[in-house]
Amino acid sequence: MNQLRILWTFFRLGAMNEMAYRANFFTQIFQAVISLTLALGGLAVVFSQTDSLAGWRPAELTALVGIYLLVGGFINLMIQPSMQRFMEDIRLGTLDFLILKPADVQFLVSVRQIEIWKIIDVLLGAGVLVVALAQLGEQIGLWQAATFGLALLTGGTIVYSFWMILATSAFWFVKTENILVIFQAMYNAGRWPVTIYPGWLQMILTFLVPITFAVTVPAEALTGRLTGQTLLLSIALAVALFFIARRFWQFGMRFYAGASA
Amino acid sequence: MIKPILDVYAAQLKTSLAVQFQYRVSMMIWMIGRIIQPLIFLVVWTTVSRARGGEVNGYSEGDFAAYFILQMIVSQATFSWIMWEYDYIIRTGQFSFKLLRPIHPIHADIADNLAYKTLTLVILIPAALLLAWLFPPNFQWQWWNVGAGLLAIALAFIVRFTLEWTLALAAFWTTRINAINQTYDVTFIFLSGFFAPLAVMPESVQILANLLPFRWLLAFPIELLLGRLTVQETLIGFAMQGFWLLATLTLLSFVWRAGVKQYSAVGS
Repeated sequence: MNQLRILWTFFRLGAMNEMAYRANFFTQIFQAVISLTLALGGLAVVFSQTDSLAGWRPAELTALVGIYLLVGGFINLMIQPSMQRFMEDIRLGTLDFLILKPADVQFLVSVRQIEIWKIIDVLLGAGVLVVALAQLGEQIGLWQAATFGLALLTGGTIVYSFWMILATSAFWFVKTENILVIFQAMYNAGRWPVTIYPGWLQMILTFLVPITFAVTVPAEALTGRLTGQTLLLSIALAVALFFIARRFWQFGMRFYAGASA
Repeated sequence: MIKPILDVYAAQLKTSLAVQFQYRVSMMIWMIGRIIQPLIFLVVWTTVSRARGGEVNGYSEGDFAAYFILQMIVSQATFSWIMWEYDYIIRTGQFSFKLLRPIHPIHADIADNLAYKTLTLVILIPAALLLAWLFPPNFQWQWWNVGAGLLAIALAFIVRFTLEWTLALAAFWTTRINAINQTYDVTFIFLSGFFAPLAVMPESVQILANLLPFRWLLAFPIELLLGRLTVQETLIGFAMQGFWLLATLTLLSFVWRAGVKQYSAVGS
C-alpha cells in the first residue's frame, strides 16, 4: 500500500513538473503520431504486397504494433527516465539523499522519474490495440486474454530487471549512457514479430536485449500462437531476472561510496 | 580560389578526425542502429518475397539482399546529423563561434561529416561483408555502373547535405525543430527507398516520389549500382540530381542570408 502511495506521489510530481511546459503536450502528441505513421505505414506497404507476413495477418500485426507502442510508452514513461536518473545520481553522488529516505531504495530509484507526457504513447498503443481487437473479433477467448495479461506482466518485469541490472553496473562503470543507444536501436526490431528474424538475431533479441518477451510474446498470446512452453519460460525468466536484479542491486550498494567519501 | 578552400578542408579534416577519434566507442555503438535498420527491412522483405513465391515486383530474395546492403552503404555515405546539431547550437548561442570564422560555416560542417564517414568505414565495410555472407546478394552490374554509381553517391551526398543544412537553418526562426525533423525523417523513410525499393511501393507513393528530391538521394544511386537502370534512366537520374542541386543551392543562399539577419545569440 505504502508503495502505491509513493508511486502516486511521483506521478503527481511528474505531472506538476510538466505543467510548467504545457506546449510539450503537443510536441509529444506529434511525436506519437509520427511513430504511429511510421509503424502503420510500414505495415500498409508490406500488406499491399502480401496477405500475411510469416503467418501474421494484418489485424494481428496491427495488434503487435499496438503492443509495441504501449510497451515502448511504458518504458519511456517510467523505466528509462528513472534508470537514467539513477545512473546520473551514482555518478554525481546524489544518491546519498535517496538512501536516507525511509522506504525501499530500489523501489524509489525505479519509479522516481516519471515523464508524464509519454502516457500519450501508452494510450495511443492501447487505442491501436483496441482497434486491432475489434477487427480480430470474437477470436479472443478468455484464455487468450488471461495469457496476454500474464505475458505483458512478465515481459514488463523482464525489461525492468534488464534495465535495473545494467543501471546497477554504473556503480563500477560510471559512463553507461551508451546502453540507452543500444536498447533503442534494438527496440526498433520489436515492431515486427521476432520469428521472422534469423536464429542468431532472435537469440540476441530474446536473451541479450529482451524485446521478444516484451512485445512478440504478448502478441502471440493474444493471437493464440503462444505455446505453454514459451509462457513458462517467460515466467521463469521474469522471476529469475527480478531476483538477480535485486541481489545485484544489494551487492552494488555495498560499493557505493557517496559523494564526498 | 580553389586552393585556399582545399587547404581549409585539409586542416578541418585533420582536426575533425582527431576529435572524433576520441569518441570511437560511442561511434561504434551508434553504428549499431545504422546497421540494424536495413537488416530489419531486409528480413521483412525477404519474408514477403518467400510468401509470394520468391519475387516481389521484380525483386527476388537476392535482389532485396543486394538492395539493402547498398541501402546501408548509400545512407551511411549521404546522411547528416546537421538538423539536430543546429537546433542545439543555434538555441544555445554556440553558433556565434562559427560565424566568427572568415569562411562560410558549411565547409567546416562538410569536413566534419566526411571525417566521421571515413572513420566509420572501419565498421561499415565488415558489416556489409557480413550481411553479404548472411544474405547472398544478387548483383548484375556492368562496367560503367560502378563509376557512375560512385558519382551518383557523391552528388546525392552534396544535394542531401545542402538540403538538410538549409532545413537546419529553420532553427533561426523557431525552437520547435523536432517536429520539422521528424516529419522530414518519416517522409524520407517512405519516399527515398529507405524502407523498400520504390518498385514495391504503392503507385501513389511512386508518383509522389517522382515530384520530390528524396529518391534521387538514395534510391537512384542504389538502383544504378544494382545494374537495374538503362543508360537513358541513368542520364535522367543525373539530370534530376543536377536540378535539385541547383534548387537546393539557391534555397540555401537565400535562407542563409535571411537567417543570419534573424539570428541574435543568447546574451547579446
